Amino acid sequence: MTRFQSAFKPDRAALVCFITAGDGDTAANLDALVEGGADVIELGMPFTDPMADGPAIQKANLRSLAKGTKTADVLAMAKAFRERHPDIPLVLMGYANPMVRRGPEWFADRLEEVGADGVICVDLAPEEDPDLGPALRAKGISPIRLATPTTDDKRLPKVLEGSSGFLYYVSVAGITGKQQAAIDSIEANVTRIKKQTDLPIAVGFGVRTPQQAEAIAKVADGVVVGSAFIDIVGEHGENAPQHLRELTASLAKAVHNARKG
Amino acid sequence: MTEQKPNSFRNQPDERGHFGQFGGRYVAETLMPLILDLEQEYTAAKKDPAFDAQFQDLLEHYVGRPSPLYHAERLTEELRKDAPEGKGAEIWFKRDELNHTGAHKINNCIGQILLAIRMGKTRIIAETGAGQHGVATATVCARFGLPCVVYMGKTDVERQAPNVFRMKLLGAEIVPVTSGAATLKDAMNEALRDWVANVHDTFYIIGTAAGPHPYPELVRDFQSVIGKEAREQMQKRTGRLPDLLVAAIGGGSNAIGLFHPFLDDPDVNMLGVEAAGHGLDKKHAASLAGGFPGILHGNKTYLLQDEDGQIAEAHSISAGLDYPGIGPEHAWLKETGRVEYTSVTDDEALSAFQLLCRTEGIIPALEPSHAIAAIVKRAKEMDRDQIILANLCGRGDKDIFTVADALGVEM
Repeated sequence: MTRFQSAFKPDRAALVCFITAGDGDTAANLDALVEGGADVIELGMPFTDPMADGPAIQKANLRSLAKGTKTADVLAMAKAFRERHPDIPLVLMGYANPMVRRGPEWFADRLEEVGADGVICVDLAPEEDPDLGPALRAKGISPIRLATPTTDDKRLPKVLEGSSGFLYYVSVAGITGKQQAAIDSIEANVTRIKKQTDLPIAVGFGVRTPQQAEAIAKVADGVVVGSAFIDIVGEHGENAPQHLRELTASLAKAVHNARKG
Repeated sequence: MTEQKPNSFRNQPDERGHFGQFGGRYVAETLMPLILDLEQEYTAAKKDPAFDAQFQDLLEHYVGRPSPLYHAERLTEELRKDAPEGKGAEIWFKRDELNHTGAHKINNCIGQILLAIRMGKTRIIAETGAGQHGVATATVCARFGLPCVVYMGKTDVERQAPNVFRMKLLGAEIVPVTSGAATLKDAMNEALRDWVANVHDTFYIIGTAAGPHPYPELVRDFQSVIGKEAREQMQKRTGRLPDLLVAAIGGGSNAIGLFHPFLDDPDVNMLGVEAAGHGLDKKHAASLAGGFPGILHGNKTYLLQDEDGQIAEAHSISAGLDYPGIGPEHAWLKETGRVEYTSVTDDEALSAFQLLCRTEGIIPALEPSHAIAAIVKRAKEMDRDQIILANLCGRGDKDIFTVADALGVEM
């Protein structure tokens, strides 16, 4: 059983938590997310040009890079996380250029070494899969793809082909951290996508509160939260862990109990 | 399209939008369906005589094409003074600075807005650096009555005030971008963010032959009017083809527009001129000379970047060349060796700017001043009966404040 299979249980939804590597005390922040009840961790690789992200994550990227975060640092953080938390799925999320800079095989080898489970590459369309996908699959790392409201039934097979772990459904056509889609639309799209895949479907973009998370957890296999955590790191800096733990705990409770009663 | 040969340099990109290893479609999933629609629509438009007829009509009566082909006799003579005996090639200019709005950018904007209308889009966005593409986009939006939002780095908004006012007069909304270094690269990021959030009604008019497929191809095709006209004009005037084509390169749209119709003429050499800024060992914008292949803004191409793939800030005195990437077809043409690429510094471009003012009575933009600087070096190495043809892709009215500042003149 893979770590993803353990995290996405049939009887309850999973909480997927994103923070940017190198923004604040990453080790302490990650631990806080896990202690609060995160089921899956997405660790953002900072990039100078995060064109699919809203202001919160853009700033986190720049804060991290301004502190001098290198790819080697991100990998070291991932490795340390895996040593502290052997069972929590760890996904590296970011943009193509830093991932392929030294070649896809180099990146896949490092991910295998550090014990990462998957990769979300925001600007690597399935059409450009040869740039990274084969190298990841050869090392047993899951390429996790994004589906969006504009991904229609005809296109879905292209997105699903060669992906594994879970599918990330981006609930709004837009950038991270902004508005959230209506729950009806989310439910309809998740139902639509389920007809074509057995992969768990995690829904994200614009999810900030336990109420929103609970509503999504009733209709999807996972809920992704990012910008709300990033805002906390931006506001509280080194004191972020305590606040992250509290928000994660309230989100986890909402997500894990959504389908009860 | 029918004239292509199997081993032609003119049959790129492939069906996946790749020029060799470059190009492609590296965009967020939200944009992919739209990019695929655009490709389909462009393929249909290319086969539609009505589309081409409208494009040609607007180029003639609105843009003012064909632009003249001009024999720069005084510049030729000036450069012969320093040349060895028998050397000093003839210099000719394709006068795209005489277009409506003062640069080649309008050719592409006309083509893209016709595509936008064809696709039923009702809102236009664009990015701009110096403001020339922003002005051209605002112009076609006014002409066709579509709302226009132009993303422009805050730094550029401040240093290009006249163009900002022009765009406003033309009815465009200017959004100053403060993220990153607040220049062209960041404006492009912000335009992509807008597009992702408004895919249903918005068309993104990209200003250069870069971005996700099919943009590099369609921008090249729309700009190829430059080379097609020049080829015909040159044959008519001199009975032959030029020996060397020269064009400045930021993203590379004016250069590919000039070069592409000549790519299968084996005796025509080509020289693309990048901006070496303060020098290749300092801050510059020469992606081919100082960069490595990578992925940014929807395509794989040469990029200024560090060993971790973080994108570097470019520098050029010419805001239009101030970008850390280059169109993917140029990356491919460099690797195949078909086109030679070189670079000139801010100082060399400034000297060339003044040289053209003095010898020909033409105030060029700082972008083609880079091409002229390369000609200064190259003409004296070539025989007197050889011909250099350069694209004068923009006029310099917009740059007089920058030039005055660089020359220490108070205005």
